[in-house]
This record gives sequence, C-alpha cells and structure tokens, in this order.
Amino acid sequence: MATDGLHESETLAALRSEAEGLKGKLEEERAKLHDVELHQVAERVEALGQFVMKTRRTLKGHGNKVLCMDWCRDKRRIVSSSQDGKVIVWDSFTTNKEHAVTMPCTWVMACAYAPSGCAIACGGLDNKCSVYPLTFDKNENMAAKKRSVAMHTNYLSACSFTNSDMQILTASGDGTCALWDVESGQLLQSFHGHGADVLCLDLAPSETGNTFVSGGCDKKAMVWDMRSGQCVQAFETHESDINSVRYYPSGDAFASGSDDATCRLYDLRADREVAIYSKESIIFGASSVDFSLSGRLLFAGYNDYTINVWDVLKGARASILFGHENRVSTLRVSPDGTAFCSGSWDHTLRVWA
Amino acid sequence: MRAEGVVAEARTGNLETKFRVPPPPRAACPPAQSTLDPPSLAHEWTMSGSSSVAAMKKVVQQLRLEAGLNRVKVSQAAADLKQFCLQNAQHDPLLTGVSSSTNPFRPQKVCSFL
Repeated sequence: MATDGLHESETLAALRSEAEGLKGKLEEERAKLHDVELHQVAERVEALGQFVMKTRRTLKGHGNKVLCMDWCRDKRRIVSSSQDGKVIVWDSFTTNKEHAVTMPCTWVMACAYAPSGCAIACGGLDNKCSVYPLTFDKNENMAAKKRSVAMHTNYLSACSFTNSDMQILTASGDGTCALWDVESGQLLQSFHGHGADVLCLDLAPSETGNTFVSGGCDKKAMVWDMRSGQCVQAFETHESDINSVRYYPSGDAFASGSDDATCRLYDLRADREVAIYSKESIIFGASSVDFSLSGRLLFAGYNDYTINVWDVLKGARASILFGHENRVSTLRVSPDGTAFCSGSWDHTLRVWA
Repeated sequence: MRAEGVVAEARTGNLETKFRVPPPPRAACPPAQSTLDPPSLAHEWTMSGSSSVAAMKKVVQQLRLEAGLNRVKVSQAAADLKQFCLQNAQHDPLLTGVSSSTNPFRPQKVCSFL
C-alpha cells in the first residue's frame, strides 16, 4: 500500500537521523576524554635496553606455507597448521615432531591447543572446526578419533578453546563468530555484527570475565559478551583488514595488526584507540601480534618477512628481527613468556628468545 | 562508519588477495549440514522495505548501548597501562633477557675439561 510505504520510509529516515545523532554524540564523548597521548604519559619511563633476540629453534617439516600455530600450556609443545593440509605437534625444545595428521582440506588456517594439552582443534577451507584427541598409542590412528565440532558457511579463520576443553570459539569468513560445545557439537552462542569476513579472535584473560575481541575485513575490531552474544564495544580506526587481535595481559586493552601496515592499541575503559605503531618505512601488512608477559613489548609479524618489536608505552620500535624467507603469518608468545614462536610462508616455524 | 551492513558489501573478496587462492565453488565444499543459519547480515543486505527498518532499529539499539558506556579519561587509562607494565617488568623474561640457565631455549654453557 502506498501509505504503508510512506510510513516505512518516514520511520527509516527517522531511524537514520537518530543513528547519525548517536554516532556524533559517541565521537564527542570519546573526544572529551582524550586529554593526553599514551607516549606522553610514558615519557619518564626508562627506555628499553638493547635486545639480543635470536632464532633458537627452527621447526622444519611442513611442505607448504605455515598458516597458524599455538602453544600448549606446558610451554614446550606447539601445534602448527599449513596450506598443505598438515597439522603437526612439535616438542619445541628438541624440535621433534610428536604427532601429525593430514586434514581432508588444504589451507588449514586455524589451529589451537586444548588447555589440558590432550587435544588440538583445527580447520580452514572445510568450513569446519574439528577436534583431534592426542594419543601416544602408536597403533591408534589420530585421524580416526576426529570429531567435527563447528560448522560455518564459509572458511574457518580462527579458533580457540575457552578455559576448558569443553568449549570452542570460532571465527569465520561467513562474517560471524560462534561458541560451540565440543562434546555435542551444539552451537551455544553466535555473534553477528561484522560486515565482512572475521579473520581473528582472542579471549580476554580469565580474570577479566567472559568477553572476547574479534577483527575482520570490515576494518572493525569488536568486543563481545560471550553469554549474551551482544557486541559491547566496537572500534573502527584501521584503514584495512584487521588480521590479528590480542588482549593486553591486564585485559584492559587489546592490540591489532592490519593490512594497513600499522598495529594499534585500543583501551577498553577509555573506549578508544590510544596508540599507533607504525613507521613510514613499514609498508607491508602486519599479519599477527602478541604481547610479552608484562605488556611492555608488542611482537608483530609482517608480510615483508620481518618481525618488529614495539615498545608499547613509548610507541617506538625497539628492534627488528630478520630470519624468515617469506611472509610471517602467525606469531605467539609462550605461556611463560620465555620465548615466542613465529610461523611463515617459508614453510618453517622459528622459536625466538 | 559504524552502521551495520545496510548496504551490500563484497564478502570473501579478500580471501583471494590474502591467501592467493580462489575460494572454492560451492560444489567443491564437502556437503555440510550447517547447524548455523546464514547470518542475519544476509537479510540486512537486501533492500526490501521492512527488513531495512528492522536492520536500522538494530543499528540504533547498538549505538544507544555504546553511547551509554561509562568511559575513563585517557590519562587515567594510560597511567594504568603504564603501571601494569612497570609492576610486571621484572617477571617478563623477554624484556629482561633471562640468562641461559633459566631459559630453556637459550644455549646452555658447556663445561669443558681443562
């Protein structure tokens, strides 16, 4: 009916102007509190000394690009996944391979170690996240015990166990994140809001409660309440895809790495970006980021094959690490902070300390 | 822009440039009984009348929620970040450069017989 259409377009217009008004108000509120820059507050902090960080172990064995890795809580085992469909569990002290499984799909873009150390999860172009229990029984075929947990309608880009082996959080190219029960495969909660592929996620440190942050191709980083499925905060200052997000150890902030060649720090209580880590000479995207234990250092792997170490407080680069012969695709600091591991398109992983 | 997809945007176009492989055609994917319905975003991206109003309502609701947040001044937030760093600095092995004897990855000093 013509009158219905008219009524609808009036409502739509009214809603649009309310939305614009609210956006303006939000920007005003955030700007009011922007009284100082982080690096100014950190002016008196002692500068960092010289770093001696080298590759201490090189893990060779993947036949193609390494796409993802994760540490076991025992601080020594590592799981990694590759474009060739292989998922390998390594002992990083000895560089021995302890387990290997071949996935039915290629491009295994996500993998994660279970908190107990008894299982791993992985997935990619198969649109699923599957869990494999780890067994030391030589007669057992690891692939036989595989259990499919998550189902998305597009590729799996990231996965993480929550505080137990019982639940997995996933992010997907279908634009959503989801929380699953491992035992039953049931969908417990879904998170809608990204306008494009979600590329990464990170869970808040357990002390700070049930939230997680996700980043995507829509240039947004979104913080979610795991119980309600609600987006509680959103940040849109990057100029390109956000490839990696990681919480600051206190849980009050998080860092992001993007194809716009910058890493940024967002404070959750101030509800805004508080630092940008960039240099004119850095023109390639940052693919993965992680903090050292105290949060003072931010390690970031880039598509120009390097790893930059940033002084989080002062905003300056503390060091640049060379070694990989192709893009760095994944990077994580070990659970006790003694080392960090990077994975690359050069088929290897390196442990640095 | 913080509006949630009322306008259609290209999705997964980035998969090609990011990973230099074309996304598989639907037929090539293993048949998946998806327990997850296609995201509601799909509905928001069509311009049919009532669904855009519903979508806009969601956007406004989300913005109201975010507008109501209690925020802290950057000076306060920054001071807290700084304090956390400083308090935990000595326990950060990558920052302090832990000696070989305590870092399992650094080479052990080798004893030699004289």
